[in-house]
Amino acid sequence: MRSLPRSGRALGSLVLTIVAALALTACGSGDGDTTGNGGTGDGTPRSGGTLTFAVGSYAGCVDPHQVASNDTIYALRQIVDSLTDQDPSTGKIVPWLAERWEVSADARTFTFHLRPGVTFSDGSPVNARAVRENFDAARKLGAKASLATGYLSGYVGTETPDDLTAVVSFEQPNAQFLQATSTFSLGLVAGSSVRKTPDQRCTDGVVGSGPFALDGYVANQSITLVKRKGYNWGSSLWRKSGEAYLDKVLFTVVPEAGVRTGSLVSGQVDAIGSVSLADEAALKGGGAVNLQTRANPGVVFNLGLNNSKPLLRDVAVRQAIQVALDRRQIVDTVYPTGSKPATSILAHTTPYHSDVSGQLTFDAAKAKSLLDAAGWQVGGDGVRTRNGTRLSLSVGWFANAATNQPTLELIQQQLKAVGVEITLKELQIAQITQVQQSGDFDALWGNITRADPDILRSTYSTTLANTYRLAAGALDPVLTEQAATVDPAKRQALVNQAQDLIVRNAHVIPVVELTTALGVSKKVHDLDFEASSRIQLHDTWKS
Amino acid sequence: MRRYVIRRLAQAVVVLWAAYTLSFLVLDFLPGDPVSAMAGGGLDQVSVDPAQLEALKREYGFDKPVLVQYADYLGRAVQGDFGNSVATGQPVTSVIGDALPQTLVLTGAALVLAVVFGTGLALAATYTAGRALRQLLLSLPSLGVSLPTFWVGLMLVQLFSFRFRLLPAFGNDGLASLILPAVTLAVPTGALLAQVLAKSLFTALDEPYVQTARAKGAGRARVHLRHALRNAALPALTIVGLLVGNLLAGSVVVETVFSRNGIGRATVSAVTVQDIPVVQGVVVFGALVFVLANLAVDLVYPLFDPRIVVASATRRRSFV
Repeated sequence: MRSLPRSGRALGSLVLTIVAALALTACGSGDGDTTGNGGTGDGTPRSGGTLTFAVGSYAGCVDPHQVASNDTIYALRQIVDSLTDQDPSTGKIVPWLAERWEVSADARTFTFHLRPGVTFSDGSPVNARAVRENFDAARKLGAKASLATGYLSGYVGTETPDDLTAVVSFEQPNAQFLQATSTFSLGLVAGSSVRKTPDQRCTDGVVGSGPFALDGYVANQSITLVKRKGYNWGSSLWRKSGEAYLDKVLFTVVPEAGVRTGSLVSGQVDAIGSVSLADEAALKGGGAVNLQTRANPGVVFNLGLNNSKPLLRDVAVRQAIQVALDRRQIVDTVYPTGSKPATSILAHTTPYHSDVSGQLTFDAAKAKSLLDAAGWQVGGDGVRTRNGTRLSLSVGWFANAATNQPTLELIQQQLKAVGVEITLKELQIAQITQVQQSGDFDALWGNITRADPDILRSTYSTTLANTYRLAAGALDPVLTEQAATVDPAKRQALVNQAQDLIVRNAHVIPVVELTTALGVSKKVHDLDFEASSRIQLHDTWKS
Repeated sequence: MRRYVIRRLAQAVVVLWAAYTLSFLVLDFLPGDPVSAMAGGGLDQVSVDPAQLEALKREYGFDKPVLVQYADYLGRAVQGDFGNSVATGQPVTSVIGDALPQTLVLTGAALVLAVVFGTGLALAATYTAGRALRQLLLSLPSLGVSLPTFWVGLMLVQLFSFRFRLLPAFGNDGLASLILPAVTLAVPTGALLAQVLAKSLFTALDEPYVQTARAKGAGRARVHLRHALRNAALPALTIVGLLVGNLLAGSVVVETVFSRNGIGRATVSAVTVQDIPVVQGVVVFGALVFVLANLAVDLVYPLFDPRIVVASATRRRSFV
């Protein structure tokens, strides 16, 4: 071989420099400030057009009952209607397919009165029988539909006294169920879809009654929706009555963040999901893009401590970790603009959230004195020890969000400053459930999206999965009681108490709210977040 | 010749079996399992009912001992049945069948570009008389081989799609969307080909028959193309198997950067959720392509150079 490696390398670096310079110019072109909130306003809405939405991943399934990944739910939410809807600003449950409903005082029986004249896109009627078939089938999906199955825990059955009345009953009080009926997980699908096997539903898709119908999809590539003609039963929250504005919506999977961002700025797509802090500069450079953000309701990103581990059984250690974290610094360094530090274990967009941020303020001095008082002495390498045991914890994390690793590295530094050693342990996504069930962890990093405070019961009640191994105590009766309380004021008091107990005892450490960030072209208007911070496209229009 | 063919076929079968077994072992050693991945598959960490999870594992046969699972899978694989994808329920054969055309178009286009530009570059480099230019041309292949495909793809998109808006940045819809990915994939492959071809061209040009041809008064170009290239093409042919492997591996990256549907993308998604049947199917398919490409080369080779069969036959006899 006569080529000269050295000159090859020199030439290589020259070409690298040139191309990088070109690329930088490309990024830097254009100007103007673009970060705004929502594209409402200019001009009157008009019908027609195709919206192209680029998402980062594909869940491998087109059945909203079986999928929980945001990227796929953006599309599937549009093809199914729900019995109820939830107001994103107040958290209130409002009519959609059900015109009205009654909840029994013991929160065990829910009677829905359906709107007449609604059909699935295959022409079959949306009636009480369809409701029964859907709930019966969702139960049978089991672990394949963990969200839906969880909402229907203790489901006894659905009675259908007449064509438009569905009475759903449960073994135990289940106050969360009303909110659950507003989610995509319990969105209604036609009988023809219900009778398919779970795998068929995944690969063929489902027939819903939504403002858009599934028109086709290619695995790993795209999901296409078309407007449902004659649609006239939209949620009471929507601005427009009748059919949607857009004729067609194309969700296309673009795994590379840089390509997603560039495609939006160069006008090849109308909107993108999963915008990170790193992508924001490029988005702002284009001048034609809005950044839309909303915190996901539910359990915030937290260090889910394993309360049964010897080190973590000590409340002083847990509380010290809680106040040793500078949440503001974490948010500003790692998260997209608009993200907020946790003010409770629940995100502020969750109904019944209460602000207990007073207990979550950064106070390194307090952390140190708590640990001193508990007998943890600072050792030679800065890590505290007690009776020869190092104050060292491992945090398990999964690469399901780009922010996870930088956040944990920052947390590692912040805790090091007060003498707590953190080691990070990356786990495979396929391990989540396994690790949770084995209990073989000190702490896990994660969050759960759910627009109802009952998520606290399913996550922290010691009578359920109890992933974080809390000891049975004062929290349990509070969690059980809020699930049985229909009266909003009484439930608020109970949920406040639960949040206070979890934070005060630092059972797990709330850190930051997960914020959904979308990049949306200024040509797109009224692309709204629904209560669970996914999107609603019925009112969306393009100018 | 028949013996030669049979021996090559037997080797091919062994390679396929080894690929299958090895991938099964690797997947089995990985922590986690596909059912847990499916149950916890969203962004969120929802707790799943252990009893339901067990039921699901039973349904897919993941509760059986590893050896039984292996025998099960292998028994069916021999009959061409690779089972269904755990993530989607689709038969593995149709997962591969659906993705195959796109990957074939992409790798085919890239191969053509690689051969054209690789050969062109090797010829130009060996033909050039100027020392500086020759060194420059000769250094291009090592540059092409060393640039990360991922980075090349992103730079091309940045320039031709985002800056000049000439070509689409993603998708597999028509010729326009094929250009950037095919060029990206052709860079490392073409560079590899150029490296090998340039080397054998130099060797060929030093051979006595070239001197003879020159002495007989053949022009430089004629000697280069007629005599040297023909002989130098043989060593280049041996690396076709390597090129095919290169293209398949590169398609994983290129299909991800350019959001193209294909075997590479299907592999990435399957690996992420440990979709064992799909990964197994793809591995066997990849091995099959590799084996077939090498087999084809081995079978074509004797046609160019009969000494090969004779040599192998002699060697065999001496062993018996």
